[in-house]
Amino acid sequence: MDKNPFEYAPAPESRALVSIKGQYGLFINGAWVEPKTKDKFSTINPANEEVLSKISQASDSDVDRAVKAARAAYLKTWSKMPGKERGKYLFRIARIMQERAREFAVLETLDNGKPIRESRDVDVPLAAAHFFYHAGWADKLDHAGLGINPKPHGVVGQIIPWNFPLLMLAWKIAPALATGNTVVLKPAETTSLTALLFAEVCQQAELPAGVVNIITGDGATGAALVNHPGIDKIAFTGSTEVGKLIARSIAISGKSATLELGGKAANIVFEDAPIDEAVEGIVNGIFFNQGHVCCAGSRLIVQENIYDDLLVKLKRRMSLIRVGDPLDKNTDLGAINSAAQLAKIKELSASGDTEGAFRWSPDCQLPSKGFWFAPTIFTGVTQSHRIAREEIFGPVLSVLTFRTPQEAIEKANNTPYGLSAGIWSEKGSRILWASKALKAGVIWANTFNKFDPASPFGGYKESGWGREGGRHGLAPYLKGAK
Amino acid sequence: MSRIDIKKTYKLFIGGQFPRSESGRSYEIKGANGKFIANPALASRKDLRDSVTSAKSALSGWSSATAFNRGQILYRIAEIMEGRRDQFVTEIIALEGGSAKVANTQVEQAIDLWVWYAGWCDKISTIAGATNPIAGPYYNFTTPEELGVVGIIADQKDSLLGLVAAIAPVVATGNTAVVIASEKRPLPAITLSEALATSDLPAGVLNILTGKVSELAPWLASHMEIDGLDISGVDPKIESELRIAGAENLKRIHRFNKSQSPQRMLAFMEAKTVWHPIGV
Amino acid sequence: MVTLIDGSEASLRKYLAALPGVDKVGADQRAAMLSTRSIKTTSKSWAIDMAIRMVDLTTLEGADTAGKVRAICAKAVHPDPTDFSVPSVGAVCVYNDLVKIARESLNLNGGSHIPVAAVTTAFPSGRASLKVKIQDTQDALHDGATEIDMVIDRGAFLSGKFGLVFDEIIAIKEVCGNRAQLKVILETGELTTYDNVRKASFIAMLAGADFIKTSTGKVSPAATPPVVLVMLEAVRDYYLQTGMRIGVKAAGGIRTTKDAIKQLVLVNEVAGPEWLNPHLFRIGASALLNDLLMQRMKAASGFYSGSNYVTLD
Repeated sequence: MDKNPFEYAPAPESRALVSIKGQYGLFINGAWVEPKTKDKFSTINPANEEVLSKISQASDSDVDRAVKAARAAYLKTWSKMPGKERGKYLFRIARIMQERAREFAVLETLDNGKPIRESRDVDVPLAAAHFFYHAGWADKLDHAGLGINPKPHGVVGQIIPWNFPLLMLAWKIAPALATGNTVVLKPAETTSLTALLFAEVCQQAELPAGVVNIITGDGATGAALVNHPGIDKIAFTGSTEVGKLIARSIAISGKSATLELGGKAANIVFEDAPIDEAVEGIVNGIFFNQGHVCCAGSRLIVQENIYDDLLVKLKRRMSLIRVGDPLDKNTDLGAINSAAQLAKIKELSASGDTEGAFRWSPDCQLPSKGFWFAPTIFTGVTQSHRIAREEIFGPVLSVLTFRTPQEAIEKANNTPYGLSAGIWSEKGSRILWASKALKAGVIWANTFNKFDPASPFGGYKESGWGREGGRHGLAPYLKGAK
Repeated sequence: MSRIDIKKTYKLFIGGQFPRSESGRSYEIKGANGKFIANPALASRKDLRDSVTSAKSALSGWSSATAFNRGQILYRIAEIMEGRRDQFVTEIIALEGGSAKVANTQVEQAIDLWVWYAGWCDKISTIAGATNPIAGPYYNFTTPEELGVVGIIADQKDSLLGLVAAIAPVVATGNTAVVIASEKRPLPAITLSEALATSDLPAGVLNILTGKVSELAPWLASHMEIDGLDISGVDPKIESELRIAGAENLKRIHRFNKSQSPQRMLAFMEAKTVWHPIGV
Repeated sequence: MVTLIDGSEASLRKYLAALPGVDKVGADQRAAMLSTRSIKTTSKSWAIDMAIRMVDLTTLEGADTAGKVRAICAKAVHPDPTDFSVPSVGAVCVYNDLVKIARESLNLNGGSHIPVAAVTTAFPSGRASLKVKIQDTQDALHDGATEIDMVIDRGAFLSGKFGLVFDEIIAIKEVCGNRAQLKVILETGELTTYDNVRKASFIAMLAGADFIKTSTGKVSPAATPPVVLVMLEAVRDYYLQTGMRIGVKAAGGIRTTKDAIKQLVLVNEVAGPEWLNPHLFRIGASALLNDLLMQRMKAASGFYSGSNYVTLD
């Protein structure tokens, strides 16, 4: 068939309900302030390189102002407020996020490049759910099994990545506030806008000034936050490389930290897998959010006796992935978040070619402006290839094979990372055996890339310290729990 | 003429064996009264490396033993220590000074601590695990698991109790360990390893080294096969150096001040969350 | 032609046992995701006309009369009497005693190109002897049916007598010969699991079905998106194994244009665009047609139509 007569017409989500200011200040002590140095940088839409706004570069002295505001808020109001009342603020925030959900979704898609379907159906509802979930914890901490009358750390410095800007903000701020800490949060340099919109939500919720402070900037701002003596605890999500820098930094300062870092998850498909759902799970595992997911199933480890059939189905399914305008409601794969990330993906993919793996992508037309990378798989990958070991953080899947279940587990665990893993099998005892044997903090059996505020998330080994979500996610924000 | 005592040679405990240091070194231990007591082995970094290897190879067996079985073995350790009470008391008095009553109390507490942790083996997952009510058609549960190989620098003062307080919780949950005994008071640690060797504890689960903390601890902290570090017995002056070394593979590094707490188990466990769809 | 089994019950069982399982939650989610596809403007207009061409306009009631059948036949030929650009439907579907009237009525209205489909084999329960089922089918063919919608023996299927189900389909297929195409109704609402839907789909295809059909319309749930998804996967996989394209008919519960377009999206993204054709995909429906017509008017006029502007038959 030459041309599909049912080619979907463009179905763009309206931008009209989002108003982006020409420039943004810093949100410190409940108000917008200009950075001391007046430095601003552009934030762009990675799908077309359009400049969306100017963002403030917070300097050391701005960080200091924010930390002091958070300290004052902690001492004067937040630490004295009963949990029951703290919780009400979180409920308010959750509700306002639900009310303004579409606005957040469109803004997230514009700033990040992810498909509107994902920001609308995943990021924003989950972010609101995190506030709702943690709101209920605020007055029940005595019952959390984390010690009697557990105490917050005080002021928490939080640094979040660009892959799920609003969702990661929620993962950080909701438990911190529920447990009675105040917050200075720095969003990623390329994706500040939803965090800045969240500051407005805090204002609408009448959250006491200084409880949440949002400062924007690059790595230098993050380093200033980590090293500020007024910070009691650090919560970071990002690369393992930066995570180690933070671990070294706090080795001297003695701060506590939670780290959610990189991954190179194995997605293991056994011969008795529900094959069509496995194909969906593989696609969702690596192409969800353009593969910009720390727990992405970036290594497909498939039993040799079903390899050929699976590959046929996977390639067929990949050819259905709709790449393009992130605001189009039918887009499955959006833009790569930045030129730098695109360069990294290209560099690692090129290493796959030179190391002898076989690259395949479906035919797809990539837009001429913006940062794009076609969904890609590499077959013939071995454990020693860079693309089997290093986190690509893009829509690139490395396919390996195994002969016995033991070999599958060995290959899966043969990595310094340990964030997540997938298992596909219709046999219950095999699933439980494999989930015990896999060294990873989150195991998805017959599903992949599922998240919930009640479900603890976090990694083994070099994938980080601590858990976020569930009862387990409260512990790092409480002193009594140690 | 009175009988001449048979003196004991204090050696290392690695992989269930009692070797001397591969370096051939030993060091002199003096008692509380300043008199010579023994020449235990002065472990080298190669002894430490060998210990890590045996701890790593013992890990899969020990961690997959049933919790009930681990509990039985921990209790067995208490039984065997009970039979050697006098030996521990004599060593503690010789090293730490003080009265027989005080030494006795330390030994009793140490034995009882094994019993306490023996009972925890098949309960900690119940207390620290969860089924999570997530919003979707999935069964979702979280269970704590062993971290892996833990490096332990035991308390320097309470030569027996401080040691047991560190090792019992670590092995109760299925970890294996490499332990550096109290530098100046290492003898009860070696006597304990003799108890361990006859207790059904698989070889390599606990490996105990005697020697200089300042020499061995940095190797322990930087070893990439070690997943966690108990630095309760470390001089605060070298703590940040160890933490920086441990950052290379993001070791879980903890210092404890309580000898009896579930936190000592949980600190060296990892929470694993498993999802599975519910559908017919 | 590739033969996947040798016709024995043993080879059938072996084939069915090797089919991969279906994870219900995963299948539900894939179907739910595809139902978020937003079909606008030109693609929507195309989809509406294609859906009309795929409709098996159906009346299957105890109260059916010659008058009722004549009315739907008229509508089948020209769904919108005010707009002859509206295509005819895919077929008219009736009980076998009304086939003759339907055939005559279609011919009279200029619809000789529209096939008459008859439900047979003791539809909807299928609880009759094979002899009766064969006779039922022969009657329909004799009266001019060129499509036979048979039901499988769900009791036999659920008690594991796959060979019986298979043999019965073969028997009816033999009766049809090359006079009629055979649609095999699985009645997925009674099979209950997607694993059963997949197995039954393959039994039907291996026995020679031209179409596999979800439901009789008498049992709920019927043509839910995930059930259709599983059946579309089955015809896709059968094509990959044999090179033969088997059709799918979704029947029951598809009442609105939105429902119908969701089905077309499933067809497009699961089986593939080759199946976007009345020869390979049908929608068994009655009320759906009017909603498609109203949406078509809206697309043409720009404003929403009302129920008084479509004919009620």
